[in-house]
Amino acid sequence: MIESMPLASVIGGALIGLSAVLLLAFNGRIAGIAGIFGGLVEGVAERGPSDEKRWRTTFVVGLLLGGVLLRIVDPRFLPGPAFESMNPVVSMLMLVVAGLLVGFGTRLGSGCTSGHGICGLSRLSTRSLAATMTFMAAAIATTFVIRHVIGVEG
Amino acid sequence: MSKQQIGREVVALAAGLLFALGLGISGMTDPKRVLAFLDISGDWNPNLALVMAAGIAVVFPAHRLLLGRKAPLFEGKFHWPTRSDIDRPLLIGAVMFGVGWGIGGFCPGPALVGIAGGQPGVLVFVAAMAVGMLAHRKLMAT
Repeated sequence: MIESMPLASVIGGALIGLSAVLLLAFNGRIAGIAGIFGGLVEGVAERGPSDEKRWRTTFVVGLLLGGVLLRIVDPRFLPGPAFESMNPVVSMLMLVVAGLLVGFGTRLGSGCTSGHGICGLSRLSTRSLAATMTFMAAAIATTFVIRHVIGVEG
Repeated sequence: MSKQQIGREVVALAAGLLFALGLGISGMTDPKRVLAFLDISGDWNPNLALVMAAGIAVVFPAHRLLLGRKAPLFEGKFHWPTRSDIDRPLLIGAVMFGVGWGIGGFCPGPALVGIAGGQPGVLVFVAAMAVGMLAHRKLMAT
């Protein structure tokens, strides 16, 4: 249904943009998921409640509620427990490696697809442009090596 | 909690919800489609480039309007990013992120939304991502 619908990607992207605008206009915050989640994970390591921890937690709860809603509306929006059959190339070990790299890399590089890719580029930040071009190139190269050099097909 | 604080939480919840719906509707929560997008020499599906383009098309004009304002509605000031330099940590971090994204097909947002799918792969990825973030903090503190 949503397999090859450019319109769905445009609507989805616009909703993500709207979310970023809300967060910026009302709360003065950048909607970078790695930054929001990273700040929360690091905050948990520190004691006591704080305003910082609270809004970050609320945002992540919103993400999870959105996920639940997506599954209720149409399970195809979210890969369900049948993940293995959807993506048989990636073993659990590879997912651990991927997770470690994404976690460490987004903190070291100060952002991810949303923070640099959408918010940063919208601010015409050359720093975010450099980061976005770098992670896109690295991701494309990695996918190429895994699929066409090592020869695992997804 | 003050009215401002309540407003902040309501906005954070709404923004998180909208963000998740956007990711799901656009196809970003499906790692198979993300990898098909990144695999430009395979059966390339360029649709996901539209997600970023549409997002920017919304945020860019709004950003222009907000630049002239002193403060957001529920917060004392805008927390604008302050750095503009392109340094080594930025690029090394971006490479690490890109490699991880290219392996699993998950970037941070879709992985967190994917928790709602309850499948083991996503949970393992998110746990590893949190460990990676803490490892970075630990390393930077020393």
